[in-house]
Amino acid sequence: METQLANTTVDVNEEGYLTNFAQWTPAVAEAIAKDLNITLTPRHWEVIQYLQNEYKNESPLSIRKIGKSGVVDIKEFYQLFPNAPLKAATKIAGIPKPASCI
Amino acid sequence: MKKIVILGAGTAGTMMANHLKHELKHDEWDITIIDERKEHHYQPGYLFLPFDIYAPEDIIKSITEFIPKGVHFINKRIEKVVPTSNTIQLADGDTIAYDILIIATGAKIAPEETEGMKGTEWHQSVFDFYTFEGALALRNKLRDWKGGRLVVHITEMPIKCPVAPLEFSFLADSYFKHKNMRDKVQITFVTPLSGAFTKPKSTEALEHLLQEKHIDIVSDFAIQEVDNANKKIIDYSGKEVPFDLLVTVPTNKGDELMARSGLGDDLNYVPTNRATLQSKNYENIFVIGDASNIPASKAGSVAHFEAEILTENILRYMKDEPLKEKFDGHANCFIETGNGKALLIDFNYTHEPVEGSFPFPGVGPLRLLKESRMNHMGKLAFRWIYWNMLLKGTHIPFVSATMQEAGKYFD
Repeated sequence: METQLANTTVDVNEEGYLTNFAQWTPAVAEAIAKDLNITLTPRHWEVIQYLQNEYKNESPLSIRKIGKSGVVDIKEFYQLFPNAPLKAATKIAGIPKPASCI
Repeated sequence: MKKIVILGAGTAGTMMANHLKHELKHDEWDITIIDERKEHHYQPGYLFLPFDIYAPEDIIKSITEFIPKGVHFINKRIEKVVPTSNTIQLADGDTIAYDILIIATGAKIAPEETEGMKGTEWHQSVFDFYTFEGALALRNKLRDWKGGRLVVHITEMPIKCPVAPLEFSFLADSYFKHKNMRDKVQITFVTPLSGAFTKPKSTEALEHLLQEKHIDIVSDFAIQEVDNANKKIIDYSGKEVPFDLLVTVPTNKGDELMARSGLGDDLNYVPTNRATLQSKNYENIFVIGDASNIPASKAGSVAHFEAEILTENILRYMKDEPLKEKFDGHANCFIETGNGKALLIDFNYTHEPVEGSFPFPGVGPLRLLKESRMNHMGKLAFRWIYWNMLLKGTHIPFVSATMQEAGKYFD
Protein backbone atom coordinates (compact mmCIF):
# COMPACT_ATOMS: atom_id res chain seq x y z
CA MET A 1 0.00 0.00 0.00
CA GLU A 2 1.01 3.62 -0.46
CA THR A 3 1.59 6.21 2.19
CA GLN A 4 2.87 9.79 2.43
CA LEU A 5 6.22 10.27 4.16
CA ALA A 6 8.22 13.49 4.05
CA ASN A 7 5.93 14.82 1.29
CA THR A 8 6.61 11.88 -1.02
CA THR A 9 4.56 8.80 -1.80
CA VAL A 10 6.22 5.54 -0.78
CA ASP A 11 5.12 1.89 -0.82
CA VAL A 12 4.99 0.20 2.56
CA ASN A 13 3.76 -3.12 3.95
CA GLU A 14 1.16 -3.49 6.70
CA GLU A 15 3.81 -2.94 9.36
CA GLY A 16 5.08 0.24 7.76
CA TYR A 17 8.31 -1.13 6.27
CA LEU A 18 9.29 0.25 2.87
CA THR A 19 8.76 -2.33 0.15
CA ASN A 20 10.87 -0.52 -2.44
CA PHE A 21 14.29 0.53 -1.20
CA ALA A 22 14.71 2.88 -4.20
CA GLN A 23 12.10 5.15 -2.59
CA TRP A 24 14.19 5.62 0.55
CA THR A 25 15.70 9.04 1.19
CA PRO A 26 17.24 10.56 4.34
CA ALA A 27 14.07 12.64 4.66
CA VAL A 28 11.94 9.47 4.61
CA ALA A 29 14.22 8.04 7.32
CA GLU A 30 13.70 11.18 9.43
CA ALA A 31 9.93 10.84 9.05
CA ILE A 32 9.89 7.16 10.10
CA ALA A 33 12.24 7.91 13.01
CA LYS A 34 9.97 10.72 14.20
CA ASP A 35 7.07 8.28 14.21
CA LEU A 36 9.11 6.04 16.49
CA ASN A 37 10.11 8.97 18.73
CA ILE A 38 13.75 8.69 17.72
CA THR A 39 15.86 11.74 16.85
CA LEU A 40 18.57 10.76 14.41
CA THR A 41 22.14 11.68 15.39
CA PRO A 42 25.38 11.06 13.45
CA ARG A 43 25.72 7.73 15.34
CA HIS A 44 22.29 6.66 14.12
CA TRP A 45 23.30 7.45 10.54
CA GLU A 46 26.43 5.31 10.84
CA VAL A 47 24.34 2.35 11.97
CA ILE A 48 21.75 2.96 9.23
CA GLN A 49 24.47 2.99 6.60
CA TYR A 50 25.94 -0.24 7.96
CA LEU A 51 22.51 -1.94 7.86
CA GLN A 52 21.88 -0.79 4.30
CA ASN A 53 25.26 -2.12 3.20
CA GLU A 54 24.58 -5.49 4.77
CA TYR A 55 21.19 -5.53 3.04
CA LYS A 56 22.81 -4.82 -0.34
CA ASN A 57 25.28 -7.66 0.34
CA GLU A 58 22.29 -9.95 1.05
CA SER A 59 23.81 -10.74 4.41
CA PRO A 60 21.19 -11.73 7.03
CA LEU A 61 21.01 -9.40 10.04
CA SER A 62 20.85 -10.36 13.69
CA ILE A 63 21.51 -8.59 17.00
CA ARG A 64 24.56 -10.84 17.49
CA LYS A 65 25.99 -9.81 14.14
CA ILE A 66 25.50 -6.12 14.80
CA GLY A 67 27.23 -6.53 18.18
CA LYS A 68 30.25 -7.99 16.40
CA SER A 69 30.19 -5.51 13.51
CA GLY A 70 32.60 -3.03 15.07
CA VAL A 71 30.12 -0.28 14.15
CA VAL A 72 28.14 -0.33 17.39
CA ASP A 73 27.96 -2.64 20.41
CA ILE A 74 24.66 -4.11 21.50
CA LYS A 75 24.31 -1.82 24.52
CA GLU A 76 24.65 1.30 22.40
CA PHE A 77 22.41 -0.18 19.70
CA TYR A 78 19.66 -0.43 22.34
CA GLN A 79 20.33 3.13 23.48
CA LEU A 80 20.09 4.45 19.92
CA PHE A 81 16.98 2.46 18.98
CA PRO A 82 15.18 1.57 22.23
CA ASN A 83 13.02 -1.54 22.87
CA ALA A 84 13.29 -3.57 19.67
CA PRO A 85 16.34 -1.99 18.03
CA LEU A 86 16.70 -4.27 15.03
CA LYS A 87 13.08 -3.77 14.05
CA ALA A 88 13.23 0.02 14.49
CA ALA A 89 16.61 0.45 12.82
CA THR A 90 15.73 -1.60 9.74
CA LYS A 91 12.45 0.28 9.39
CA ILE A 92 14.26 3.62 9.44
CA ALA A 93 16.90 2.26 7.04
CA GLY A 94 14.15 1.39 4.58
CA ILE A 95 15.05 -2.31 4.43
CA PRO A 96 12.91 -5.39 5.25
CA LYS A 97 12.37 -6.47 8.85
CA PRO A 98 14.86 -9.32 9.38
CA ALA A 99 13.12 -12.66 9.26
CA SER A 100 14.21 -14.73 12.22
CA CYS A 101 15.50 -18.12 11.29
CA ILE A 102 13.44 -21.01 12.52
CA MET B 1 38.23 -47.49 -5.01
CA LYS B 2 36.82 -44.04 -4.25
CA LYS B 3 36.05 -42.79 -0.76
CA ILE B 4 33.04 -41.02 0.67
CA VAL B 5 33.43 -39.86 4.25
CA ILE B 6 30.62 -38.78 6.60
CA LEU B 7 31.47 -36.64 9.64
CA GLY B 8 29.08 -37.28 12.51
CA ALA B 9 26.96 -40.37 13.27
CA GLY B 10 23.93 -38.56 14.68
CA THR B 11 20.51 -38.46 13.03
CA ALA B 12 21.60 -36.98 9.68
CA GLY B 13 24.94 -38.79 9.33
CA THR B 14 23.50 -42.20 10.21
CA MET B 15 20.65 -41.75 7.72
CA MET B 16 23.14 -40.84 5.00
CA ALA B 17 25.28 -43.91 5.76
CA ASN B 18 22.20 -46.10 5.34
CA HIS B 19 21.01 -44.40 2.15
CA LEU B 20 24.45 -44.53 0.53
CA LYS B 21 25.10 -48.13 1.57
CA HIS B 22 21.91 -49.02 -0.23
CA GLU B 23 22.69 -47.00 -3.37
CA LEU B 24 26.43 -47.40 -3.96
CA LYS B 25 28.28 -50.39 -5.39
CA HIS B 26 30.58 -51.74 -2.70
CA ASP B 27 33.43 -52.40 -5.13
CA GLU B 28 33.34 -48.78 -6.36
CA TRP B 29 32.80 -46.70 -3.26
CA ASP B 30 34.13 -47.10 0.24
CA ILE B 31 31.89 -45.45 2.86
CA THR B 32 33.39 -44.26 6.16
CA ILE B 33 31.63 -42.53 9.03
CA ILE B 34 33.56 -40.82 11.83
CA ASP B 35 32.24 -39.92 15.29
CA GLU B 36 33.97 -39.85 18.66
CA ARG B 37 30.82 -40.71 20.65
CA LYS B 38 29.76 -44.19 21.78
CA GLU B 39 26.04 -43.47 22.12
CA HIS B 40 23.26 -42.38 19.82
CA HIS B 41 20.72 -40.17 21.59
CA TYR B 42 17.10 -39.70 20.50
CA GLN B 43 17.25 -35.94 20.95
CA PRO B 44 13.48 -35.27 20.86
CA GLY B 45 13.36 -37.42 24.02
CA TYR B 46 15.24 -34.77 26.00
CA LEU B 47 11.94 -32.86 26.16
CA PHE B 48 10.20 -35.72 27.98
CA LEU B 49 12.98 -36.71 30.37
CA PRO B 50 12.54 -33.77 32.81
CA PHE B 51 8.87 -34.71 33.29
CA ASP B 52 9.52 -38.41 33.92
CA ILE B 53 7.64 -39.32 30.73
CA TYR B 54 10.72 -41.00 29.25
CA ALA B 55 13.51 -42.72 31.15
CA PRO B 56 17.16 -42.50 30.07
CA GLU B 57 17.04 -45.95 28.47
CA ASP B 58 14.28 -44.78 26.11
CA ILE B 59 16.61 -42.18 24.69
CA ILE B 60 20.04 -43.82 24.49
CA LYS B 61 21.26 -46.65 22.27
CA SER B 62 24.66 -47.73 21.04
CA ILE B 63 25.94 -45.63 18.13
CA THR B 64 27.08 -48.73 16.22
CA GLU B 65 23.64 -50.33 16.29
CA PHE B 66 22.44 -48.10 13.45
CA ILE B 67 25.53 -48.03 11.27
CA PRO B 68 25.00 -50.52 8.45
CA LYS B 69 27.33 -53.45 7.83
CA GLY B 70 29.97 -52.65 5.28
CA VAL B 71 30.29 -49.02 6.35
CA HIS B 72 33.55 -48.31 8.19
CA PHE B 73 33.00 -46.67 11.55
CA ILE B 74 35.92 -44.73 13.01
CA ASN B 75 35.26 -44.04 16.68
CA LYS B 76 37.79 -41.22 17.08
CA ARG B 77 37.93 -37.51 17.61
CA ILE B 78 38.40 -35.37 14.50
CA GLU B 79 41.03 -32.69 14.73
CA LYS B 80 40.54 -30.92 11.43
CA VAL B 81 39.15 -31.03 7.92
CA VAL B 82 41.64 -29.84 5.30
CA PRO B 83 39.42 -29.16 2.27
CA THR B 84 42.31 -27.99 0.10
CA SER B 85 43.90 -31.46 0.26
CA ASN B 86 40.64 -33.46 0.65
CA THR B 87 41.77 -34.96 3.93
CA ILE B 88 40.60 -35.34 7.53
CA GLN B 89 43.13 -35.21 10.36
CA LEU B 90 42.19 -37.28 13.39
CA ALA B 91 43.22 -36.31 16.90
CA ASP B 92 45.50 -39.38 17.16
CA GLY B 93 47.50 -38.21 14.14
CA ASP B 94 45.92 -40.46 11.47
CA THR B 95 44.89 -38.93 8.17
CA ILE B 96 41.86 -40.02 6.11
CA ALA B 97 41.49 -38.99 2.47
CA TYR B 98 38.13 -38.46 0.78
CA ASP B 99 36.72 -37.88 -2.68
CA ILE B 100 33.38 -36.70 -1.32
CA LEU B 101 32.75 -35.37 2.19
CA ILE B 102 29.41 -35.11 3.97
CA ILE B 103 29.32 -32.87 7.02
CA ALA B 104 26.70 -33.96 9.57
CA THR B 105 28.25 -32.65 12.77
CA GLY B 106 25.08 -31.01 14.07
CA ALA B 107 24.62 -28.13 16.48
CA LYS B 108 25.06 -27.90 20.23
CA ILE B 109 24.41 -25.46 23.03
CA ALA B 110 26.97 -22.82 23.96
CA PRO B 111 25.90 -21.39 27.34
CA GLU B 112 29.32 -19.71 27.67
CA GLU B 113 28.16 -17.21 25.00
CA THR B 114 25.94 -15.48 27.57
CA GLU B 115 27.46 -13.74 30.56
CA GLY B 116 26.67 -15.56 33.81
CA MET B 117 24.71 -18.40 32.21
CA LYS B 118 27.23 -21.03 33.14
CA GLY B 119 27.71 -19.38 36.52
CA THR B 120 27.28 -20.60 40.11
CA GLU B 121 23.58 -21.44 39.56
CA TRP B 122 24.22 -23.68 36.50
CA HIS B 123 22.41 -26.96 37.11
CA GLN B 124 21.37 -25.60 40.54
CA SER B 125 18.56 -23.26 39.52
CA VAL B 126 19.62 -22.62 35.90
CA PHE B 127 19.11 -25.60 33.55
CA ASP B 128 19.17 -26.52 29.90
CA PHE B 129 17.25 -29.46 28.45
CA TYR B 130 19.12 -29.65 25.14
CA THR B 131 21.72 -32.06 26.54
CA PHE B 132 21.17 -35.39 28.26
CA GLU B 133 22.99 -34.14 31.37
CA GLY B 134 20.89 -30.98 31.50
CA ALA B 135 17.58 -32.79 31.00
CA LEU B 136 18.46 -35.37 33.65
CA ALA B 137 19.60 -32.75 36.19
CA LEU B 138 16.36 -30.88 35.54
CA ARG B 139 14.30 -34.04 36.10
CA ASN B 140 15.92 -34.50 39.48
CA LYS B 141 15.33 -30.85 40.35
CA LEU B 142 11.65 -30.94 39.30
CA ARG B 143 10.96 -34.12 41.25
CA ASP B 144 11.12 -32.25 44.55
CA TRP B 145 10.77 -28.62 43.53
CA LYS B 146 8.34 -26.80 45.80
CA GLY B 147 7.22 -24.25 43.23
CA GLY B 148 7.84 -20.57 42.51
CA ARG B 149 8.69 -18.68 39.36
CA LEU B 150 9.53 -20.97 36.45
CA VAL B 151 11.03 -19.06 33.52
CA VAL B 152 11.39 -20.85 30.17
CA HIS B 153 13.80 -18.88 28.02
CA ILE B 154 15.27 -18.78 24.51
CA THR B 155 18.61 -16.97 24.21
CA GLU B 156 18.79 -16.33 20.47
CA MET B 157 17.73 -17.86 17.16
CA PRO B 158 18.41 -20.14 15.39
CA ILE B 159 17.98 -23.06 17.79
CA LYS B 160 17.40 -26.75 17.29
CA CYS B 161 13.73 -27.65 17.29
CA PRO B 162 12.40 -24.08 17.68
CA VAL B 163 9.10 -25.32 19.13
CA ALA B 164 10.69 -27.31 21.98
CA PRO B 165 10.75 -24.40 24.48
CA LEU B 166 7.02 -23.87 23.95
CA GLU B 167 6.38 -27.58 24.34
CA PHE B 168 8.39 -27.49 27.54
CA SER B 169 6.12 -24.72 28.87
CA PHE B 170 2.96 -26.65 27.95
CA LEU B 171 4.25 -29.89 29.45
CA ALA B 172 5.29 -28.02 32.62
CA ASP B 173 1.73 -26.70 32.99
CA SER B 174 0.41 -30.23 32.63
CA TYR B 175 3.07 -31.73 34.95
CA PHE B 176 2.38 -29.32 37.81
CA LYS B 177 -1.38 -29.79 37.42
CA HIS B 178 -0.95 -33.52 37.86
CA LYS B 179 1.18 -32.92 40.92
CA ASN B 180 -1.61 -30.70 42.29
CA MET B 181 0.72 -27.74 42.60
CA ARG B 182 -0.05 -25.64 39.51
CA ASP B 183 -1.22 -22.81 41.83
CA LYS B 184 2.26 -22.70 43.36
CA VAL B 185 4.01 -22.26 40.02
CA GLN B 186 4.07 -19.14 37.89
CA ILE B 187 5.22 -19.95 34.33
CA THR B 188 6.74 -17.27 32.09
CA PHE B 189 7.91 -17.82 28.52
CA VAL B 190 10.70 -15.40 27.53
CA THR B 191 11.70 -15.09 23.86
CA PRO B 192 13.87 -12.87 21.65
CA LEU B 193 11.13 -13.09 19.00
CA SER B 194 8.17 -10.71 18.83
CA GLY B 195 5.73 -13.50 19.60
CA ALA B 196 5.44 -17.17 20.51
CA PHE B 197 6.79 -18.41 17.17
CA THR B 198 8.39 -17.16 13.99
CA LYS B 199 5.46 -17.66 11.64
CA PRO B 200 2.27 -15.55 12.03
CA LYS B 201 -0.45 -18.25 11.79
CA SER B 202 1.15 -20.65 14.23
CA THR B 203 2.05 -17.75 16.54
CA GLU B 204 -1.65 -16.94 16.78
CA ALA B 205 -2.59 -20.53 17.61
CA LEU B 206 0.26 -20.96 20.09
CA GLU B 207 -0.32 -17.66 21.90
CA HIS B 208 -3.92 -18.69 22.36
CA LEU B 209 -2.72 -21.91 24.01
CA LEU B 210 -0.28 -20.00 26.25
CA GLN B 211 -3.15 -17.81 27.42
CA GLU B 212 -5.43 -20.78 28.01
CA LYS B 213 -2.74 -22.39 30.18
CA HIS B 214 -1.99 -19.17 32.08
CA ILE B 215 1.56 -18.93 30.81
CA ASP B 216 2.83 -15.35 30.58
CA ILE B 217 4.91 -14.32 27.61
CA VAL B 218 7.73 -11.75 27.54
CA SER B 219 8.77 -11.08 23.93
CA ASP B 220 11.57 -9.08 22.23
CA PHE B 221 13.88 -10.03 25.09
CA ALA B 222 17.55 -10.01 24.02
CA ILE B 223 19.41 -11.38 27.02
CA GLN B 224 22.55 -9.61 28.20
CA GLU B 225 23.27 -11.64 31.34
CA VAL B 226 22.11 -14.11 33.95
CA ASP B 227 22.41 -12.50 37.38
CA ASN B 228 23.19 -15.51 39.60
CA ALA B 229 23.21 -13.63 42.91
CA ASN B 230 19.78 -12.04 42.46
CA LYS B 231 18.33 -14.83 40.30
CA LYS B 232 17.14 -12.80 37.36
CA ILE B 233 17.81 -12.47 33.66
CA ILE B 234 18.51 -8.99 32.30
CA ASP B 235 18.25 -7.86 28.69
CA TYR B 236 20.15 -5.15 26.81
CA SER B 237 17.38 -2.61 27.26
CA GLY B 238 17.44 -3.14 31.04
CA LYS B 239 14.31 -5.36 31.22
CA GLU B 240 14.54 -7.88 34.07
CA VAL B 241 12.75 -11.18 34.64
CA PRO B 242 13.21 -12.78 38.07
CA PHE B 243 13.22 -16.57 38.43
CA ASP B 244 13.36 -19.33 41.01
CA LEU B 245 13.95 -21.89 38.29
CA LEU B 246 15.34 -20.89 34.89
CA VAL B 247 15.08 -23.35 32.03
CA THR B 248 17.02 -21.78 29.21
CA VAL B 249 17.89 -22.70 25.65
CA PRO B 250 21.40 -21.27 25.30
CA THR B 251 22.84 -20.01 22.02
CA ASN B 252 23.17 -22.93 19.58
CA LYS B 253 26.33 -23.27 17.52
CA GLY B 254 27.71 -25.63 14.94
CA ASP B 255 30.59 -27.91 15.92
CA GLU B 256 33.87 -26.29 16.98
CA LEU B 257 35.51 -28.52 14.33
CA MET B 258 34.10 -26.19 11.66
CA ALA B 259 35.90 -23.24 13.26
CA ARG B 260 39.17 -25.21 13.49
CA SER B 261 38.82 -26.13 9.82
CA GLY B 262 37.84 -22.65 8.64
CA LEU B 263 34.58 -24.03 7.26
CA GLY B 264 31.97 -22.26 9.41
CA ASP B 265 30.33 -18.84 9.73
CA ASP B 266 30.28 -16.82 12.97
CA LEU B 267 28.11 -19.51 14.61
CA ASN B 268 30.16 -22.38 13.10
CA TYR B 269 27.45 -23.26 10.58
CA VAL B 270 28.68 -24.26 7.13
CA PRO B 271 27.54 -21.99 4.27
CA THR B 272 25.39 -24.30 2.13
CA ASN B 273 23.23 -24.04 -0.97
CA ARG B 274 19.68 -24.24 0.41
CA ALA B 275 18.26 -26.14 -2.58
CA THR B 276 21.10 -28.57 -3.47
CA LEU B 277 22.77 -28.98 -0.02
CA GLN B 278 26.23 -28.60 -1.59
CA SER B 279 28.61 -26.45 0.44
CA LYS B 280 29.13 -23.01 -1.07
CA ASN B 281 32.92 -23.13 -0.97
CA TYR B 282 33.87 -26.68 -2.00
CA GLU B 283 31.99 -28.65 -4.63
CA ASN B 284 32.89 -32.06 -3.18
CA ILE B 285 31.61 -31.15 0.30
CA PHE B 286 27.92 -31.54 1.13
CA VAL B 287 26.15 -30.56 4.34
CA ILE B 288 23.10 -32.10 5.99
CA GLY B 289 21.08 -31.44 9.14
CA ASP B 290 21.79 -28.87 11.83
CA ALA B 291 25.39 -28.29 10.66
CA SER B 292 24.35 -26.15 7.68
CA ASN B 293 23.38 -22.48 7.62
CA ILE B 294 20.28 -22.96 5.43
CA PRO B 295 17.18 -21.11 6.67
CA ALA B 296 15.23 -24.29 7.48
CA SER B 297 14.30 -25.59 10.93
CA LYS B 298 17.03 -27.45 12.77
CA ALA B 299 14.92 -30.57 13.22
CA GLY B 300 15.14 -34.30 12.62
CA SER B 301 12.32 -34.21 10.08
CA VAL B 302 14.27 -31.68 8.04
CA ALA B 303 17.37 -33.92 8.09
CA HIS B 304 15.17 -36.83 7.01
CA PHE B 305 13.75 -34.93 4.00
CA GLU B 306 17.21 -33.57 3.17
CA ALA B 307 18.70 -37.07 3.22
CA GLU B 308 16.44 -38.28 0.40
CA ILE B 309 17.35 -35.28 -1.75
CA LEU B 310 21.04 -35.24 -0.83
CA THR B 311 21.37 -38.92 -1.74
CA GLU B 312 20.00 -38.17 -5.21
CA ASN B 313 22.34 -35.21 -5.60
CA ILE B 314 25.41 -37.14 -4.50
CA LEU B 315 24.60 -39.84 -7.05
CA ARG B 316 24.33 -37.10 -9.68
CA TYR B 317 27.60 -35.53 -8.56
CA MET B 318 29.33 -38.92 -8.90
CA LYS B 319 28.09 -39.14 -12.50
CA ASP B 320 29.07 -35.52 -13.27
CA GLU B 321 25.43 -34.59 -13.75
CA PRO B 322 24.06 -31.20 -12.63
CA LEU B 323 22.61 -31.18 -9.10
CA LYS B 324 18.86 -30.84 -8.60
CA GLU B 325 17.74 -27.70 -6.77
CA LYS B 326 15.06 -29.63 -5.04
CA PHE B 327 15.12 -29.07 -1.28
CA ASP B 328 12.27 -26.73 -0.32
CA GLY B 329 12.93 -26.39 3.42
CA HIS B 330 10.23 -28.94 4.27
CA ALA B 331 9.74 -29.46 8.02
CA ASN B 332 7.11 -31.45 9.87
CA CYS B 333 6.89 -31.11 13.63
CA PHE B 334 4.62 -32.36 16.36
CA ILE B 335 4.12 -29.81 19.13
CA GLU B 336 3.21 -31.34 22.49
CA THR B 337 0.61 -29.17 24.15
CA GLY B 338 0.20 -31.13 27.40
CA ASN B 339 -2.62 -33.30 28.80
CA GLY B 340 -2.11 -35.94 26.13
CA LYS B 341 -2.62 -33.65 23.17
CA ALA B 342 -0.42 -32.28 20.44
CA LEU B 343 -0.44 -30.00 17.41
CA LEU B 344 1.15 -30.86 14.09
CA ILE B 345 2.77 -28.32 11.76
CA ASP B 346 4.01 -28.84 8.20
CA PHE B 347 5.84 -26.05 6.36
CA ASN B 348 8.71 -25.08 4.06
CA TYR B 349 10.79 -22.08 2.92
CA THR B 350 7.80 -20.38 1.31
CA HIS B 351 4.71 -21.68 3.10
CA GLU B 352 4.11 -21.08 6.78
CA PRO B 353 2.25 -23.72 8.82
CA VAL B 354 -1.48 -23.58 8.16
CA GLU B 355 -4.54 -25.65 9.04
CA GLY B 356 -5.44 -28.74 7.06
CA SER B 357 -5.07 -32.51 7.17
CA PHE B 358 -2.00 -34.76 7.02
CA PRO B 359 -0.71 -36.84 5.32
CA PHE B 360 -3.83 -37.49 3.21
CA PRO B 361 -5.43 -34.31 1.80
CA GLY B 362 -8.89 -33.84 3.27
CA VAL B 363 -8.68 -37.07 5.27
CA GLY B 364 -5.90 -36.89 7.81
CA PRO B 365 -5.93 -38.70 10.16
CA LEU B 366 -3.71 -35.98 11.61
CA ARG B 367 -4.95 -32.40 11.80
CA LEU B 368 -2.58 -29.53 11.10
CA LEU B 369 -2.34 -26.65 13.58
CA LYS B 370 -5.14 -28.09 15.75
CA GLU B 371 -4.78 -29.76 19.12
CA SER B 372 -5.73 -33.43 19.13
CA ARG B 373 -5.04 -36.73 20.89
CA MET B 374 -4.26 -38.36 17.56
CA ASN B 375 -1.41 -35.90 17.03
CA HIS B 376 -0.05 -36.79 20.47
CA MET B 377 -0.15 -40.48 19.59
CA GLY B 378 1.73 -39.54 16.45
CA LYS B 379 4.42 -37.85 18.49
CA LEU B 380 4.84 -40.84 20.78
CA ALA B 381 4.83 -43.26 17.84
CA PHE B 382 7.56 -41.17 16.32
CA ARG B 383 10.15 -42.55 18.72
CA TRP B 384 9.56 -46.02 17.27
CA ILE B 385 9.67 -44.63 13.75
CA TYR B 386 12.93 -42.87 14.57
CA TRP B 387 14.77 -45.96 15.80
CA ASN B 388 13.24 -48.40 13.33
CA MET B 389 12.70 -46.45 10.11
CA LEU B 390 14.17 -42.97 10.09
CA LEU B 391 17.77 -43.82 10.96
CA LYS B 392 17.74 -46.74 8.58
CA GLY B 393 16.74 -44.43 5.76
CA THR B 394 13.44 -46.22 5.17
CA HIS B 395 11.02 -43.98 3.31
CA ILE B 396 8.09 -43.06 5.55
CA PRO B 397 4.94 -43.99 3.61
CA PHE B 398 2.85 -41.09 2.27
CA VAL B 399 5.24 -38.40 3.53
CA SER B 400 7.19 -36.81 0.69
CA ALA B 401 10.53 -35.03 0.96
CA THR B 402 9.08 -31.87 -0.54
CA MET B 403 6.00 -30.33 1.01
CA GLN B 404 2.60 -31.22 -0.37
CA GLU B 405 0.20 -28.31 -0.87
CA ALA B 406 -3.07 -30.22 -1.30
CA GLY B 407 -5.32 -30.48 1.76
CA LYS B 408 -3.96 -27.30 3.30
CA TYR B 409 -5.84 -24.06 3.79
CA PHE B 410 -3.66 -21.27 2.43
CA ASP B 411 -5.70 -18.05 2.16
